[in-house]
Amino acid sequence: MFTPHTPQEIDEMLKVIGVDKIEDLFQSVPEKRRFPKLDIPAALTEMEVAAELNEIASANASTDDFISFLGAGAYDHYIPAAVDMLLRRGEFYTAYTPYQPEISQGTLQSIFEFQSLMTELTGMDVSNASHYDGATAAAEAANMAYHIFRGKRKKVLVSRAVNPQYRETIRAYMQGQEDVLVIGDEEESSFAEDTQKLIDKIDQDTAVVIVQYPDFFGRIIDYTKLVNIAHEFGALVTFIFNPTALGLLKPPGAFDADIAVGDGQPLGIPLSYGGPYLGIFTTKEKYIRKLAGRLVGETVDEKGNRAFVLTLTAREQHIRREKSTSNICSNQGLMALAATIYLSLLGKNGFKQVANLCYQKAHYAAEQIANLEGYDLAFKDTPFFHEFVIKTSKPVDQINLHLQNHWILGGYDLSQAYPELDHHILIAVTEKISKEDIDDFVAALEEVAHD
Amino acid sequence: MRTPTGLKYAKTDEWIKVEGDEAKLGISDYAQDQLSDVVYVEFMVDVDDHVSKGDAVATVESVKAASDVIFPASGTIVAINEDLADAPEMLNSEPYEGGWMVKMVLDDPSDLDEMLEAEEYEAYNEEREG
Repeated sequence: MFTPHTPQEIDEMLKVIGVDKIEDLFQSVPEKRRFPKLDIPAALTEMEVAAELNEIASANASTDDFISFLGAGAYDHYIPAAVDMLLRRGEFYTAYTPYQPEISQGTLQSIFEFQSLMTELTGMDVSNASHYDGATAAAEAANMAYHIFRGKRKKVLVSRAVNPQYRETIRAYMQGQEDVLVIGDEEESSFAEDTQKLIDKIDQDTAVVIVQYPDFFGRIIDYTKLVNIAHEFGALVTFIFNPTALGLLKPPGAFDADIAVGDGQPLGIPLSYGGPYLGIFTTKEKYIRKLAGRLVGETVDEKGNRAFVLTLTAREQHIRREKSTSNICSNQGLMALAATIYLSLLGKNGFKQVANLCYQKAHYAAEQIANLEGYDLAFKDTPFFHEFVIKTSKPVDQINLHLQNHWILGGYDLSQAYPELDHHILIAVTEKISKEDIDDFVAALEEVAHD
Repeated sequence: MRTPTGLKYAKTDEWIKVEGDEAKLGISDYAQDQLSDVVYVEFMVDVDDHVSKGDAVATVESVKAASDVIFPASGTIVAINEDLADAPEMLNSEPYEGGWMVKMVLDDPSDLDEMLEAEEYEAYNEEREG
């Protein structure tokens, strides 16, 4: 054990408190429990520890080993090697800006660039420096809407086609607010008329309507009518978007969304159990004072040079303290940087190309699968992006087990979160999947249908 | 520090000026000086709201602190100074003129009886300064 004190200092301290030796401080612990002999094996050498850890790690399987058709909120995209190379530079490889943030002009500039990219992607006015993940950003959207109406509007309407984990997080966040109702997603649904059902629930007491775009089932829904009606009632609308999809789709800003949030994981961040992922949060300029988290602004220094500052910090605890509306005052710095590097490397056209490849490959896969006996496209009349639902004749867990033997990670079993969607599998296809991969997948699906 | 006469002052540093049927409310010169540069005023009330003595009018944010402005009397809001949204610094530069915050119709003018006269408020501030 390391203690920084010399024996003389220890003696001096003991004398002051009137104790002879350190052991005497533990008198109140029963003697037989006082200094137990620990039954742990002898220490290993570094080489032995490395070998043991490698053996444990090799029991894991990753998307390097499997072809993955699993999405449902996190997606297996290709990450250019330069993302990691730049990310690991010492200047960046720290979680936070220092407590005098303006001293880190490079970090602030990278956050500023991130914010600029996010507003361009979403068509919204302002972006903050990011949140922990998409679910947190969605919950902060509900929280912000509630505070914009100063607690006078009590309803947060959430579509059942929003990621179930996001809905759970929104509920966890809002449970502390008096009288707030998070509703709209309770009843089992056929999902075909989900949007209309949600529209019917909008009223004067609605603070915000939260929808997903594309929705959890991959569907691209035109929310024009929903936004118009929400605005007629004075309510806000939050879009939870997939950033890759915005390479092809009309952005939330063009729908006049009030808040647009999403998970930035598809932008150069690897799949990992528990994250770290990246929460994107954007809104209209008029709500900038209600925006939680950090915000970097551009200014000039006393010599007239371009410089960056943390701005509007009054929104956070520094100044508003107990009056602040959110307890978030940091951001997901390194992951925001990863997304910034990723988007810069791809460029506008490269990014559109990724989105287009995802779209085309997913549609090829859907067509091939729907042609098989025992598999049907669940939402035939709704356009989709890179994820779609297949109704299966065999139970989904049985299908996924079979696929594993072919080194294929199957889709998401929707019955986990939607009892009404037994025998329904959610399949995601990214640009990483080749035509051969899809053909192998289809062949394996055909096999299991005949088992 | 200016403390115009004819206004009523609260120990929480608001002033009220009765003009006919209406009462105008703002914060005192002493209050704006304590807050330093005001950067944002967030109103907690809307026109037509009925408010009770002790409710929050607004949160005033300065570069140093965020502080609530409190109604010293009950009544109904008839106007809110929208100019403060774009020019919150008026609270610093002219707290008794362009920096007024709301106009209201008082429920009971006797609410004002508990408030301080200009000289009493000045004495109270001196006492606080120690």
